[in-house]
Amino acid sequence: MASSPSHDLNRVRAAARADSEVNFGFWAYLMSDVVLFSMLFLAYVNLSQRYAGGPTPGDIFSLHGVFLETMALLASSLTFGLAMVSLHQGKKNHIIGWLLATFLLGGFFLWHEVSEFVHIIHEGASFDRSGFLSAYFGLVGTHGAHVFFGMIWLLTMVAQVALRGLTPAIGSRLARLSLFWHFLDLVWICVFSTVYLPGLIQGGSA
Amino acid sequence: MSHSDDATPGHAPTAGAYITGYLLALVLTLIPFGAVYYDAFSPGVMLLVIAATAILQLGVHLRLFLHLDMSQEQRWNTISVLFSVFTIFVMVGGTLWLFYSLYSRHMMVGY
Repeated sequence: MASSPSHDLNRVRAAARADSEVNFGFWAYLMSDVVLFSMLFLAYVNLSQRYAGGPTPGDIFSLHGVFLETMALLASSLTFGLAMVSLHQGKKNHIIGWLLATFLLGGFFLWHEVSEFVHIIHEGASFDRSGFLSAYFGLVGTHGAHVFFGMIWLLTMVAQVALRGLTPAIGSRLARLSLFWHFLDLVWICVFSTVYLPGLIQGGSA
Repeated sequence: MSHSDDATPGHAPTAGAYITGYLLALVLTLIPFGAVYYDAFSPGVMLLVIAATAILQLGVHLRLFLHLDMSQEQRWNTISVLFSVFTIFVMVGGTLWLFYSLYSRHMMVGY
């Protein structure tokens, strides 16, 4: 702790660079996750019209609900970005505030998604009803599970920033969480563009 | 790749870049949702609009949120993205081809 505060902040900034060597391994993990999601998307595209006499997308999807979820996740990408801006400015309380805002938006997304799952399962559209529903729950559920683990990670980082302050190690971890969180929003764009919107086109057979 | 203690100002994230990215992403989200909500086009055109805005929005996110570019520092990240895209193209394209071929040979009906 002999060095000046501005020197310490520069070390935190350097550690938080998304293109540092340590973060490349995490980036490679994200790319493997991209491949995993692409297979789930493929399964969905192949099975999306196998209704087995059960409910169709038009019966169970709600444009209103998906829109709210999309807005929450997009806003959470912005709040996480502002947390990283605060990190570069060395403003500890701002980081905690933006991370908590991200957590709440992620929580709103997940709460909304799970309550829609419960609702449609209650109406008989469970994952074992048809190939379409198996692929739907498999794909959207995997994304939701990622959001859930991202939220646990967010809370962990809030606690670390609050208790230990800004250290290079914490800056480095926040950079990886930032990649993870933005990546979740990227996958969600593919979800609403592949699953929800084509399924809700009126009279469409997509 | 090694800048040690040097926090190059050109790479510092700015609130302006994130807000720009957010607004662009917002517009590119509102267009397909609006098109579906107002039933604005025929189903075929609608799918094109959804796909085009999604690809544009992926680009906005990669550039302005994940800061991906062809600079020296980002080169390996970008190359790994391109490799993943290639892998996905082979697996997704190959599987779709396989299933389509299987489907047309067996004339499977409503399984």
